[in-house]
Amino acid sequence: MKPINQKAWFLILPVVLCVAFSAILPLMTVVNYSVQDIISPDRRVFVGTEWFKAVMRDEDLHGALLRQITFSLAVLAVQIPLGIALALSMPAKGWQSSAVLVAVAISLLIPWNVVGTIWQIYGRADIGLMGYTLAALGIEYSYTGNATHAWLTVLLMDVWHWTPLVALLCFAGLRAIPDAYYQAASIDGASKFAVFRYIQLPKLRGVLVIAVLLRFMDSFMIYTEPFVLTGGGPGNATTFLSQYLTQKAVGQFDLGPAAAFSLIYFLIILVLSFILYNWMQRVGTADKSNAEGRHG
Amino acid sequence: MVETRFKKRVIFLIAYLIFAILPVYWMVNMSFKTNEEILSVFSLWPRDFTLEHYKTILTDESWYSGYINSMIYVAMNTVMSLSVALPAAYAFSRYRFLGDKHVFFWLLTNRMTPPAVFLLPFFQLYTTLGLMDTHIAVALAHLLFNVPLAVWILEGFMSGVPREIDETAYIDGYSFPRFFVTIFIPLIKSGVGVAAFFCFMFSWVELLMARTLTSVDAKPIVATMTRTVSASGMDWGVLAAAGVLTIVPGAIVIWFVRHYIAKGFAMGRV
Repeated sequence: MKPINQKAWFLILPVVLCVAFSAILPLMTVVNYSVQDIISPDRRVFVGTEWFKAVMRDEDLHGALLRQITFSLAVLAVQIPLGIALALSMPAKGWQSSAVLVAVAISLLIPWNVVGTIWQIYGRADIGLMGYTLAALGIEYSYTGNATHAWLTVLLMDVWHWTPLVALLCFAGLRAIPDAYYQAASIDGASKFAVFRYIQLPKLRGVLVIAVLLRFMDSFMIYTEPFVLTGGGPGNATTFLSQYLTQKAVGQFDLGPAAAFSLIYFLIILVLSFILYNWMQRVGTADKSNAEGRHG
Repeated sequence: MVETRFKKRVIFLIAYLIFAILPVYWMVNMSFKTNEEILSVFSLWPRDFTLEHYKTILTDESWYSGYINSMIYVAMNTVMSLSVALPAAYAFSRYRFLGDKHVFFWLLTNRMTPPAVFLLPFFQLYTTLGLMDTHIAVALAHLLFNVPLAVWILEGFMSGVPREIDETAYIDGYSFPRFFVTIFIPLIKSGVGVAAFFCFMFSWVELLMARTLTSVDAKPIVATMTRTVSASGMDWGVLAAAGVLTIVPGAIVIWFVRHYIAKGFAMGRV
């Protein structure tokens, strides 16, 4: 058990000040907007919860929210296992290790609008490598015409773009496991799977929690890449929440409803992340007590 | 048995690397093609090889100064994020105190707001402070999402270090700062490496805030890039070349932190 020490507050004070400076003021501004009807900068009317009610009743929002949740769950389902597998298969020593690290990290470093642009060309059947190859294989692939193809392309692009984040976190997590653990396992004659299940996975818990939360939050706010690639189409197959929000805020230039929407958006992410976080904490501790029971 | 497992791993790794590299190759390929060739024919390598797009970027000050501006504020941001996050992560991983769990989760909630929400308030805030169009403004604004990230990553790694190490060091007469810098940080090298790389990466590719807070003097490369979309259509070649050049600084950064990431835990040497 960790000791209680109130002086630890001094260590976290700089962080709290830094973040509060950037976070609290803007948040208050948004709350302020969300309860007013801003007709012009000088004419504002207090409207109470009117915008919130309007946003909650919005049918299109429900559609976008459902698409968003499906997409984020798909992202987690693919990227987390793939990232762990990738981290396990990356070489740990020598020049191969450095080369693989750089190769894996490249997709993270490309600005998001460029990511969308590349995939836009890459997926075209006439001039892009992926589209051309698929067409040559006899698949009628079109991310602009077919809703399923568009959705899958956005998912594939996201997998390409962000799996390295999970992989790098897990790779570093694996490197942080002391050799003594592996030696003990090999003396016990543990199988590869047992090593993974009872040594590597529990030790990766810390980085996996942050990887899952990061991927969940960021995929829930995905904007630039699908906007550039498909523009939300065809129809609204790839119109996710933040694009819908931007359409509302920019298209109709309504600060009030847009602010109310952002707050609801924020609360949805907050609640879902909180559930996810607590669930992972519980699974983790259950695991720990199981393992302790086994040894004891 | 070991042999086949090893082979499976290598095959999986190579398959992933091909999947990862092909779109990048396509971008590099595009950057050496003329715009006509990009849009008219399918070619695995450039037929009319041209360096024109790179020349545009490297000779035009409004282009290359974007890289310099980005590097300045990204470096400032990474240093600031890590230096406030390291002690805080230590506090979260080692002690219980009033509101610890709440503050820890609250930090992360700052990554949960769509960045578009912050644009107008940030614009007003930094105009009031007289910091508009400076590198420090962007570096400060990016702390919003990088500090929570760094704290969370570092806390995960620090919790993996047994507390006995701290206690032994204190018994041996180490002061906290000396213990922290000379013993503890080396132990979580891989975590520091990853956290530094992620701070660099997220600040490097962030577009909305950086564009809102700058106009000329501190304009970042990601904002300059949006210029390639104009009324006369898209300058695909220049965009691809600019994309290739944005990878370079990050690749250098990961090359430098690779030892930190790959070395990891040095229990034996303590």
